[in-house]
Amino acid sequence: MTTASPANRTVWRRPPFITDPRLRWAIYGGAVVYLILAFATIDVNWVRVYEGLDRGMRFVRGFLVPDFTSRWSDIAQGMQESLTMTVTSTVVGILISVPIGIGAARNIAPMPVYLFCRGIIALSRSFQEIIIAILFVAMFGFGPFAGFLTLSFATIGFLSKLLAEDIEDIDEAQAEAIRATGAGWWQVVNYGIQPQVMPRLIGLSLYRLDINFRESSVIGIVGAGGIGATLNTAMDRYEYDSAAAILIMIIIIVMIAEYSSSFIRKWVQ
Amino acid sequence: MLRLVNLTKTYRTGDRALTDVSLTVEPGQVVGLIGPSGAGKSTLIRCINRLVEPSSGQVFLGDTELTGLGRGALRRSRRRIGMIFQEYALVERLTVMENVLSGRLGYVGFWRSFFRRFPPDAVSTAYRLLDRVGLSDHVDKRADALSGGQRQRVGIARALAQDPDLLLIDEPTASLDPKTSRQIMRLIVEICDESGLPAIINIHDVALAQQFVRRIIGLQAGRVVFDGPPDQLDETVLTTIYGEEDWSATIRTAHDDDAVDPTEQAEGHDERETPAEILDRERMAGLS
Repeated sequence: MTTASPANRTVWRRPPFITDPRLRWAIYGGAVVYLILAFATIDVNWVRVYEGLDRGMRFVRGFLVPDFTSRWSDIAQGMQESLTMTVTSTVVGILISVPIGIGAARNIAPMPVYLFCRGIIALSRSFQEIIIAILFVAMFGFGPFAGFLTLSFATIGFLSKLLAEDIEDIDEAQAEAIRATGAGWWQVVNYGIQPQVMPRLIGLSLYRLDINFRESSVIGIVGAGGIGATLNTAMDRYEYDSAAAILIMIIIIVMIAEYSSSFIRKWVQ
Repeated sequence: MLRLVNLTKTYRTGDRALTDVSLTVEPGQVVGLIGPSGAGKSTLIRCINRLVEPSSGQVFLGDTELTGLGRGALRRSRRRIGMIFQEYALVERLTVMENVLSGRLGYVGFWRSFFRRFPPDAVSTAYRLLDRVGLSDHVDKRADALSGGQRQRVGIARALAQDPDLLLIDEPTASLDPKTSRQIMRLIVEICDESGLPAIINIHDVALAQQFVRRIIGLQAGRVVFDGPPDQLDETVLTTIYGEEDWSATIRTAHDDDAVDPTEQAEGHDERETPAEILDRERMAGLS
């Protein structure tokens, strides 16, 4: 059959990604066996699950009647702290990430600068926010200042990396044209590169603002201030109605940030 | 005057793009550089302003040896060399005016350019050039809002804003339709004639080269294999440059160009027209 002339063939199959069928089936089989074994090791205590349902129900009931009033001053203060932390850390983070991002772009930065900036990015990205928050809380004490530092630090890793990658992806011809006019290095960045990456930089900054607000409510749990601390207190006191009020406010703020940022991103294209 | 002496470029991958290229371009001379893809046309042009660093050989622009310059001096020399690109290479998100003014970047400091505060004479030159290429109505539009022909006109204005002593032109018509290509080529040749500007034009379209330039250089595998007036381009020469093919159509197109291209004739194109008349007609055609 296979030796028939090409015109007579009626069956065509896409060449498989892994050519050797034995290896291919070994990989598929191995994956299935691993999954079965992995699921088998999960040990579920069904009695505990049943008991927990009751507590879960109380939680859900709390949500149905969120209580904004009795802890309002705590909630307001937590919200204010969180929003302050979010905005300041995003602004500081952006200001620091832009030069690091430029330095970490292989196509415009000299090798030593590139390695240094990539090092900072790797350091910032290798720790999760919570771990950094624990460290900063230990160093600077409880409160929003530790949270501000945590979020700024995390923003640098996120934004510089994505900015650097965007700069590496630019249309080289536009930058080359500016270079050919006799422009200096900063002028090439300002005229040839900045216009190409600006919409994405704005989009990423807004996205990071969003992330920083959500993270601010998480790192509060380890003592870095903000609405997370308030939420944690409410949970510890089994005040699920106040906790529900806090969660609802977080959801609303995140949604507002989400919609406004997508609107702004469309507008700057 | 531009002089290349034994220019050689070997890329790090080991590809030999140029081998011992020596040539001289006189003031006011427009040279068409033809050759198959990969023959080193783009490399040759970029070696002149050292966007690509030549491996050996020398480039002289006037009395300056460009190949020996340090960074600052190279920057100052690049100001004297205008470059026009394939696919225009405009900064898409900047306005037409910013793109033209970017031709002045070598002459102004960073902060002036950062705040877009260019000196008055640079701004008036930019307005004049935009008028010359017929884009006065599009000054504040973003470059990506223009059509291909219009974008290439902005590219020409940007190169001229440098007040150059030499134009390097890389495939100016590669992404344009035949009619726009001819208009762009005519505009380039006219501008070079007006100000006695030497130019090297990389061009794929042999017929177009024959129609507009008076000297053609053929490049094959990094070597100059032909250098002469366009009417010497015959079947043997084209075969040397590009390899065996049926060239009769290409050559005939060149010889009977006016007869073959009815649009050009309908517009009453005639060699005796003055450049100003041609420009006026092109503007009226609503293409600018």
